[in-house]
Amino acid sequence: MSIRIWHALTSGMGKFIIVRVFQIILVLYLYMTLVFIILEAQPGDITDIYTANPKITPEAKEAIVKQLGLDKPIHERYLNYLRNFVTGHLGCSFKWGNIRDVPDPVCREQRPTWDLIKERLPRTIVLFLTYTIVSFYIGFFLGKLIAWRRGAVIEYLSTVVGVVLFTIFTPWFALLLVWLFAVNAGVVPIGGFINPDSWTNVRQIGTTDCSIGISCSNIVFTHLLMWLGGLSLFWGIVYLWSRHFPYAWQKHAARWGAVAFGLILAGLFFGGGWLGEVDRVTLARDTRFQFFVWYFEFPAGTIPLFPLALDFVQHLALPILTLTLISFAGTMLLMRNTMLETMREDYVMAAKAKGLPDHIVRDKHAARNALLPVVTSLIFAIAFSVDGGVFTETIFSWPGMGQLLLLSALEQDYPVAIGSLVFTGIFALIAHLIADILYAFLDPRIRYD
Amino acid sequence: MQATSTFKPTEALWRVRLHLLWRGLKGTWAMFAESKIGLTGLGIIVFFAIFGFVLWPIYPWLMERFAWTPEELEAARNVPYGAISSIEQVYHPVVGYDPLIPGIENPSPPSRRHPLGTNQYGRDILAQLMASTSSEFMLGVLAAFITVVIGTLVGAITAYYGGFVDTFFMRLADVFILFPLVSFLIVLGSMIELTLIKLAFILGIFFGFGQITVILKSQALAVKVKPYIEAAKVAGGGHFHVIFRHIIPNLLPLAFLYMMFNVTSAIFSEAALSFFGLLPGIKISWGIMIDAAHSDGYILGGRSFQNWWLWVPPGVAITLLCSAFYLVGRGLDEVVNPRLRKR
Repeated sequence: MSIRIWHALTSGMGKFIIVRVFQIILVLYLYMTLVFIILEAQPGDITDIYTANPKITPEAKEAIVKQLGLDKPIHERYLNYLRNFVTGHLGCSFKWGNIRDVPDPVCREQRPTWDLIKERLPRTIVLFLTYTIVSFYIGFFLGKLIAWRRGAVIEYLSTVVGVVLFTIFTPWFALLLVWLFAVNAGVVPIGGFINPDSWTNVRQIGTTDCSIGISCSNIVFTHLLMWLGGLSLFWGIVYLWSRHFPYAWQKHAARWGAVAFGLILAGLFFGGGWLGEVDRVTLARDTRFQFFVWYFEFPAGTIPLFPLALDFVQHLALPILTLTLISFAGTMLLMRNTMLETMREDYVMAAKAKGLPDHIVRDKHAARNALLPVVTSLIFAIAFSVDGGVFTETIFSWPGMGQLLLLSALEQDYPVAIGSLVFTGIFALIAHLIADILYAFLDPRIRYD
Repeated sequence: MQATSTFKPTEALWRVRLHLLWRGLKGTWAMFAESKIGLTGLGIIVFFAIFGFVLWPIYPWLMERFAWTPEELEAARNVPYGAISSIEQVYHPVVGYDPLIPGIENPSPPSRRHPLGTNQYGRDILAQLMASTSSEFMLGVLAAFITVVIGTLVGAITAYYGGFVDTFFMRLADVFILFPLVSFLIVLGSMIELTLIKLAFILGIFFGFGQITVILKSQALAVKVKPYIEAAKVAGGGHFHVIFRHIIPNLLPLAFLYMMFNVTSAIFSEAALSFFGLLPGIKISWGIMIDAAHSDGYILGGRSFQNWWLWVPPGVAITLLCSAFYLVGRGLDEVVNPRLRKR
């Protein structure tokens, strides 16, 4: 048995994945070293921001330097820096105060950087995953269509729109969309993470006390994230599994059945009662909960999670729309180009000559083979889209990693700024690794064995 | 009697070379001119170049000559507070003001003396737009030039030598491809004062060691196995000669193509950073103009189209210039990449 596992790991896909993981670890090390070197190369150090303050004496400055470990030689600091990222001790924020009942033993009054990053990473992941998948699918679909109908008005129109969206100034475009959808039409909130009004009546969710900060919103958000991930995984597996069914009706039954099953499960979870200390009369006064309280007759003390989850969805709608509009254009233009190339191949001609229907030649013969360079470009574009998140998150005040990075950089909160910079890089690297492995699954020719 | 060569060159060698270069350029231009998108992009670039480098220096003079009446000039020189001595004081992009427009009336809509209006501090929008154009251009072109120099050199050298050099630069390229550059510049911008030149160098180095190295290396690998490289080596050409005289000239068209896309990225990065106020070394840019309109609530203030001249021109200018370089790149793509040409 163990020999079989060993064989699977050292040949084909297993070997490829292991080699890639090792390469990514090497790249990660290079990245962290590079960040350290470039930051070290800058003139001065953190304590320079105190020089303008006449109240800080040279002795006090010395003490700060000693406390921050800046008096140690450079190789010691470098080892410290690497060790901190491995152990997760990223220092204490200069600006963020402690929010826990039991404060961190090292940071005491201040909030640890790792705590901040841990809280914000899931929010960025939700934004990033959703818009990457949506924009990739839309770009693929439209690129395929406009290449197939080459020379039509729609090709010129969508190329112009594509180039404009591809090169438009992101913050400006995001502001335009906010103005259009949030300020004028009023269909979505202007920005932010939650609407505080719908959380004021929630005192407790499960066993968590909601009186501290926004810890309850984090719990509901984690549930939302897990359900999104779980459902997409489930649907993806059913899709792949049903691909080789002999009859079309079996395929459709399996896929639609899986969709219905997943939605019913999610509906039961989010619509069902959740034990929480809440006054039923107060709850009924909140318009968001009225429907549930009146129609489902929830017993006193329980609240459904659905309105709370809906709050996140409302706040996510506009950022996802913006990011999708900005990034689908690149995929579309590239898909058009590669599709134009594959359409001239002999096998497409052969498929047409065989008398296959137009849409089958387009979808099964041309688009399948045009897909691979587009996926490659997606792998390269990951770092760019992680970067683009900084602007979108800031404009929509979505409290993710990007906003944390920008705010801490503007407030000169260096431990948080450097920590979130390195974690943004790690996030991009891991996304790159996953995309790489998916690509190897997609293309049977790419197997480094 | 000493044997003399019967070959007498009728033309100097440099003349022949120039002629060949000219013919090559003419052929490339004919192919480039076939694609409409490339020409459109080039047109926009030429427009912005004239806008920033020709019109901007003479803009105050033009306005004094054609937009101001003598009475207005006289009045502007004699107002009790803030009288001007020269017209440059009105059209300065950072500290200019119009003495005839009371402060309370700013931002004032487009008028005869201010074709795109003034902003909330009284600065002429068209002057700010023009003053930024030249610096955006220089930043974009400088960054892209550094990128191309680094990318071509590293690509040619890695392809030529292979082995350890290849492994090292390819792993380094992996890091630079995945580097969250804008996030990094945000952190760096909070620590040191980034000027235009520094920013151009950082952007150029980061783009240069990244994707462009990988692309040019694969092109150089295809060039390396061509018979003429073998012939050059047999004829006694050293490593230096082969790399610089035979490999690099064959990489240049592709390098030039990627230079266009890099100009787009560089201009975009600068605008984004200055929008968030992280480039204190740069006094005026399109990003700063949008930020000034946004932070005083002229974009999300509900009735934003009332003050459209504050934020529409800079946003349109960034988008237009970025897409112009992108379009030229696409046009060149059809020249360099024969498979993309029309059937």
